[in-house]
Amino acid sequence: MNEAMLVATLAVPAAGAVCAAVLPERAGRLAGAFAALVALGFAIGLYGRPPALPAGAAEPPIRPWHEVDVAWVPAFDLRFHLGVDGVSYPLVVLTALLTALCAIYTIWRAGATSGRDAGPVGGGRLMIALLLAVEVGINGVFLSLDLVLFFVFFEIVLLPMYAIIAAWGGPDRRRAAHKFVLYTLFGSVLLLVGVILVVVNAGTADLVALTEHPGLTRNMQLAAFVFLALGLAVKSPLWPLHTWLPDAHTEAPTVGSVILAGVLLKMGTYGLLRIAVGVAPEAARTFAPALGILAATAIIVGGLACLAQTELKRLIAYSSVGHMGFVVLGIATLTATGFQAAVIGNVAHGLITGLLFFLAGAIKDRAHTGQLADLGGLRETAPGLSGVLGFAAIASLGLPGLAGFWGEAFAVFAAIDKGGALWITLGAVAAVGAALAAAYFLRLLRRVTHGAATPAVAALAGTADARIARVELVAWGPLMVLTLLVGLLPALIIGIAADPISALAQVVAP
Amino acid sequence: MSIDLLAAALPAVPLAAALVGLLLPMRSRRLPAILAIGGAGTALVLAIAMVIRGPVETAEGVTIAEFGDLAVTFTTWADGTAGLVAVAVGIVATCVQVYSVAYLHDDDRYAPYAAQISLFTSAMLLVVVAGDLIPLVVGWEIMGLCSYLLIGHDRKLPEAPGAAVKAFIVTRTGDVGFILGVAILGTQAGSFRISDVLTHHYSAATLTAAGVLLLCGVAGKSAQFPLHTWLPDAMAGPTPISALIHAATMVAAGVYLVARLFPIFNGTALAVLAISASITMLLGAATAMAQQDIKKVLAWSTVSQLGYMAGALAVGSRGPALLHLLSHAGFKALLFLGSGALIHAVGSNLMTAMGGMRRSMPTTYITMTIGLAALVGLPPLAGFVSKDTILAAAHHAVSAPGEVTAGHEAGALAAGAAPLWAAWLVWIAGLVTTGLTGWYATRLWLRTFFGASAARHPHEPSWLMRGPLLVLAVPSALLGLVALAPFIAERLGMETPEPFETEALAPLALATLGSLVSWYTWRRTSGADPILVVPGRRVLVAAFGVDSAIDVLVVRPVHALARAVKRADELLVDGAVRGTGKGTVALGTLLGSAHRAGLPRAATAVLSGALLIAVAIAVGVGQ
Repeated sequence: MNEAMLVATLAVPAAGAVCAAVLPERAGRLAGAFAALVALGFAIGLYGRPPALPAGAAEPPIRPWHEVDVAWVPAFDLRFHLGVDGVSYPLVVLTALLTALCAIYTIWRAGATSGRDAGPVGGGRLMIALLLAVEVGINGVFLSLDLVLFFVFFEIVLLPMYAIIAAWGGPDRRRAAHKFVLYTLFGSVLLLVGVILVVVNAGTADLVALTEHPGLTRNMQLAAFVFLALGLAVKSPLWPLHTWLPDAHTEAPTVGSVILAGVLLKMGTYGLLRIAVGVAPEAARTFAPALGILAATAIIVGGLACLAQTELKRLIAYSSVGHMGFVVLGIATLTATGFQAAVIGNVAHGLITGLLFFLAGAIKDRAHTGQLADLGGLRETAPGLSGVLGFAAIASLGLPGLAGFWGEAFAVFAAIDKGGALWITLGAVAAVGAALAAAYFLRLLRRVTHGAATPAVAALAGTADARIARVELVAWGPLMVLTLLVGLLPALIIGIAADPISALAQVVAP
Repeated sequence: MSIDLLAAALPAVPLAAALVGLLLPMRSRRLPAILAIGGAGTALVLAIAMVIRGPVETAEGVTIAEFGDLAVTFTTWADGTAGLVAVAVGIVATCVQVYSVAYLHDDDRYAPYAAQISLFTSAMLLVVVAGDLIPLVVGWEIMGLCSYLLIGHDRKLPEAPGAAVKAFIVTRTGDVGFILGVAILGTQAGSFRISDVLTHHYSAATLTAAGVLLLCGVAGKSAQFPLHTWLPDAMAGPTPISALIHAATMVAAGVYLVARLFPIFNGTALAVLAISASITMLLGAATAMAQQDIKKVLAWSTVSQLGYMAGALAVGSRGPALLHLLSHAGFKALLFLGSGALIHAVGSNLMTAMGGMRRSMPTTYITMTIGLAALVGLPPLAGFVSKDTILAAAHHAVSAPGEVTAGHEAGALAAGAAPLWAAWLVWIAGLVTTGLTGWYATRLWLRTFFGASAARHPHEPSWLMRGPLLVLAVPSALLGLVALAPFIAERLGMETPEPFETEALAPLALATLGSLVSWYTWRRTSGADPILVVPGRRVLVAAFGVDSAIDVLVVRPVHALARAVKRADELLVDGAVRGTGKGTVALGTLLGSAHRAGLPRAATAVLSGALLIAVAIAVGVGQ
């Protein structure tokens, strides 16, 4: 039963994608959205408890609640090995949730999502099909317990996302899509080299075995870690490998940006935590300072760059660079506290930035511009929309009591806790980044919501656009509620991840 | 897993009122008003119950989350001080909610406004009763958020959005230090519970670092130099907000926090606090002298009075600082609500538009007179006793250095006292400030209630606004005398003060002198503004240029840096990426063109290649 559910979490969206692609327009959209909802149900249903440990055995870093393990290519000893545990479960649910919300949003808002009248290749049905294909890839990554399978799913994501950007994106979509695909392919090549190094030298691709007894020699670990970490850092993205992201986010249609920021980036940080650190713990110790320095740089550079941005979506895109910097900083500390911060930071960023991109899309669709200079006075003409934007921005700047706070504060605490001049400095630098986040988000709110309404915004007064549409409420409501809920009850996320995380921290600890 | 339900209900009740209130339609009035007043009133009742119950042991609490070895718990710390401060918050919050119903009678966004005040009340009460540093930080930051939202409430004021942003960013800048201080204390103690933190043994260097870092957050929240600049601008918020958040409660939270974590602060940290506090009280009082906007006078006065509280803490006197916190909460809230009544009547914040109001607004006149007399420190009003105990404590620290003062009773941490020069600094600054306070308070009194009337037909506001004035006049007048009773003094951790020592006459004499000078100038110039005869008043109007200095030294460099980073990111980091792309294409083109050769050259190339390989093989085999 549980095995079937694991497979269904991937099979249902895959089937949905096919249906959406081949059925007529209206039926295709509905079938796709239905499949996304069913997949969400299966993803939620994956919740469970790990099997009992044998007496006296230590907790391994991966002890799946459920798993499927069948031979795939016996000749190469490749296995179709899926499993879910406390670290992957929140991300799997988040992916399924965001995909379902995007699919529902697309049913009503097809064509409007890019601010243009209609997509070039049919309407929302193909978009939904591609979204489902992306979901298969992303959740495949989170569920894989086989290194080669992980890589295969990692690559599946790329092309549908390329198509979403290239077909439904903004005016400069071609260039942005090319850059996205070439840059991340470059990352994938490095990742592939890392995967092959590990598999060939360890003689297995099984992640459970690899993380429990990392059997690689020190030099091999160093080499593998460099390739794995570089490949995953492109996806995260970690400064200075981030420049594909602002372009891709700015040009992508609303749902594309939501998925991209909400969950696609998490493949990088999840992989860093689970694969790179898990498989090569000794090398992780060697490279942790470098990783930490890059993360702190990302936080500051991302924050400063945001302060100077003039376009709404580009600003939010750069804010992701800073936020993911906090996640990487948490991982780089190689402590249980830092890992926990990364786990909850991943989820919080997915919820909040997903919401922010929905809102940015809604504002651009209404005002037909994303230039901060042309926006203003939104609370005069669309108080509801402006209120939700305020909520999302406040959440994103890490206000305590909302989801974003925990990951960022505890990444800082973990760095301070680690001690030593370097880590205390990194913690302090990251804390300054939190103040920068306040500065650029309040600057954004002041430009967009306060003051007198600009002509672009004043045109909304009295129209249906002044209110939040019902489908928008459906798409945004769950994200707002979860942002508040995770903020008040962080144990919802980190409680279930506690055991595997402390086991991983044990393995990494010198 | 035990929890003190009474203390936990204190923030929970207004929170519930806030969450429901935020969901109500924006234009509704009756239900939001009932919720808001009910929430604040219930919190007041709970706070009174907590005082009556008396201090209790800190409960074990509930674990909210465990990040590795670091646990975050929700627990309460309901000691005597917390109870009294909670009562003060409850009284002012209830008064402000009642007052707001009338003050915002024609506002079309009353519902979210009232809900945001409820949220603020909840956050403040959370800070007051929190027994763990992380929930305390949560309350601390949510207060800042509410302050931001409420300062920006008035949509007709062009300066409001900027003031709101400034308030949030300046306090958040201080909070960088605050968070780092909490991080140092919590990670070293392995727990964020205040009881664990206060019993942990830290090294001296750690205490200095943590103390000074915490003071950054305190300076931001409690408007201490150099992070005080946001508070006067925050007057763009509605007047009831100024009374609650920017006079009585939030700005006092920093003082409360230092008092609560007092054993953490060692001599170095207290010396830093003493310098900041002395500058703050003098600068605030001097700037208050030159303002024309009645709310700005009161705002700068708040800055100055917060300096007194911080100064008291710096010389090791926790009890007097807390007593002044309570009495200031009463009389300053009263003064703001009274000024709101004046503004409501004349339609302007400027004192030039007021004058002669004592006849038309007798209730406002009498209550504000009590408030101003309390601010000046006339006996036997609240401000006299509280300010006097501070100055007596400072004098004590100067005259009998080394003696352990009232604040240093408990805790495993043996906090050091501030150096002697710091005590001197606080004492002298405090005395001078008393004189300046007498001067500007008298000026405000004369210019609003006396002289020629500038307004046409001013009239008293409705009873919803007059009631809170009368209620707040009671503690402003009597708190000082009540505080002498052991019931309050013990809860504040004070030795029973002896206000009528000889040195008590010095501040009183200076305050009277300041008042008389102000009055004399006013009389001599037949009702002109007394500031006109003060030399160098331009410097005072500009508040000593701290704002411009921060603008030149911090704000502009940061923005310039931001632009530079953006450019560098686009040109260098992304340029390298694009360069790689272009370079690859160029290389490909080059190689491609190299392969498009004519037959003779191609044949030559193939043959020479073959020759090269043959030679290579021959050499290889030959070896």
